[in-house]
Amino acid sequence: MEQQGIAVKERGRSATVSTPRTAMVRIEQLHKCFGDLEVLRGVDLTVDSGEVVCIIGPSGSGKTTLLRCINFLESYQAGRIYLDGALVGYRERHGKLVPAREQEIARLRAETSMVFQGFNLFPHMTALRNVAFGPIKVRKTPTAQAVVRAQELLGRVGLADKASSYPAQLSGGQQQRVAIARALAMEPKVMLFDEVTSALDPELVGEVLAVMEQLAASHGVTMIVVTHEMLFAREAADRVIFMDHGVVVEQGPPDQLFDHPKSDRLQAFLRRFRAI
Amino acid sequence: MQTVFENFDLLLRGLRITIALAAVTILIGTILGVLGGVGLLYGPLLIRLPLRVYSDIVRGTPLLVQIFVIYYGLPALDVQINGFRAATVALALFAGAHVSEVVRGAVGAVPRGQSDAAKSLGLTFWPRLRYVVLPQAVPLILPPWVNTAVEMVKGTSLVVLVSVSDLLFATRKVAERTGDPMPIYITAALIYFFVNFGISRFGFWLERRFRFAVAS
Repeated sequence: MEQQGIAVKERGRSATVSTPRTAMVRIEQLHKCFGDLEVLRGVDLTVDSGEVVCIIGPSGSGKTTLLRCINFLESYQAGRIYLDGALVGYRERHGKLVPAREQEIARLRAETSMVFQGFNLFPHMTALRNVAFGPIKVRKTPTAQAVVRAQELLGRVGLADKASSYPAQLSGGQQQRVAIARALAMEPKVMLFDEVTSALDPELVGEVLAVMEQLAASHGVTMIVVTHEMLFAREAADRVIFMDHGVVVEQGPPDQLFDHPKSDRLQAFLRRFRAI
Repeated sequence: MQTVFENFDLLLRGLRITIALAAVTILIGTILGVLGGVGLLYGPLLIRLPLRVYSDIVRGTPLLVQIFVIYYGLPALDVQINGFRAATVALALFAGAHVSEVVRGAVGAVPRGQSDAAKSLGLTFWPRLRYVVLPQAVPLILPPWVNTAVEMVKGTSLVVLVSVSDLLFATRKVAERTGDPMPIYITAALIYFFVNFGISRFGFWLERRFRFAVAS
């Protein structure tokens, strides 16, 4: 918010530049280490409200870690992440980062639903309960209302008839679709997708991607998608980010990035993909 | 055989003490164990370290020694304690240490992704534990917990040595008085066995109840 204020003051230029979208996620010079290993080495990234961003890159490039920093499943050592203007995971005191209280972190996380590679559905709850659980326990939505909404969302991902099934009774693709419904139920500001099709049998990938494409096309949901599905990135993304060795190497609209990659590293990465 | 019938109500009175002692100490031990296990896993060093010391000492020394330490040790510190209370405290601490390790192992075995998923919904630590992690740990806790409960029932027999009139105490008295120990001791053994058999059955029933849907 502060930044917007500054932008306006800049000789009234903001009046001429049309900016219908506002930054939903703003990442500045993010650094993250696991022990001696520096996984993120100064990542800068801004994602606008309603934007669909795909992050691609070789394994070990820091994509997943970056995603997990955004909802503070991972802490970070330097830099800043802002979610809708609020600093994630820390409070700033005299220019230094002080860990935020658990309640504040939880509140921020409730605004950023994540869908995981391994689904991570709660095995002791039915599909319906999985979806309704967050709203009931976190949003304090009345149970009856949350259940109706959960049923609706299960319908939206094509699983209306599986409401009373337990995760173990569902296929991987079905589980992941329930997980997407669970994330949607929180009505988050940002949805984070962490290689959500990587653990699926090839024939089940399509049904999950179809749900995500439909979501992406609906606009309104801000999505950050870490993926190896290049076709999905090309079709669904507004912007594609290429990461390597803990930094953003190149970014732009999908056509530009896939058809006219500028950096050597992206060219090499795409060549490897096409070779397959 | 007749001596058994004649003194059966004496044995039952002892059994009542044994069962009360076991029930109370299993209950307290379970509460201590859940808190202890969670503390061992997630607590800050200041909590984790004392719990580690407690658990290791209690599990590494004979139960009888612990009972004696409390029964003879506390009066030396000017804390008056009778045999029953000393036994209760010692047995509860013993159960607590063992259940702590059981809980620590089971909760630690719940995949990290489950906590991640609960966190990303915006749940704080205790609700996460209560609604997501513990329900999944219960099926893992139950079998070793039943084991511990059975050990506790048998462990109560040590309290005769601090003059608590439990089942074994009654048995010994009857045996001394009648001069015919075999039938009475066998009867006592059977009673212990059936109590523990009941606990095992109860455990199986619980396990079935808490086992959530598996692939059909």
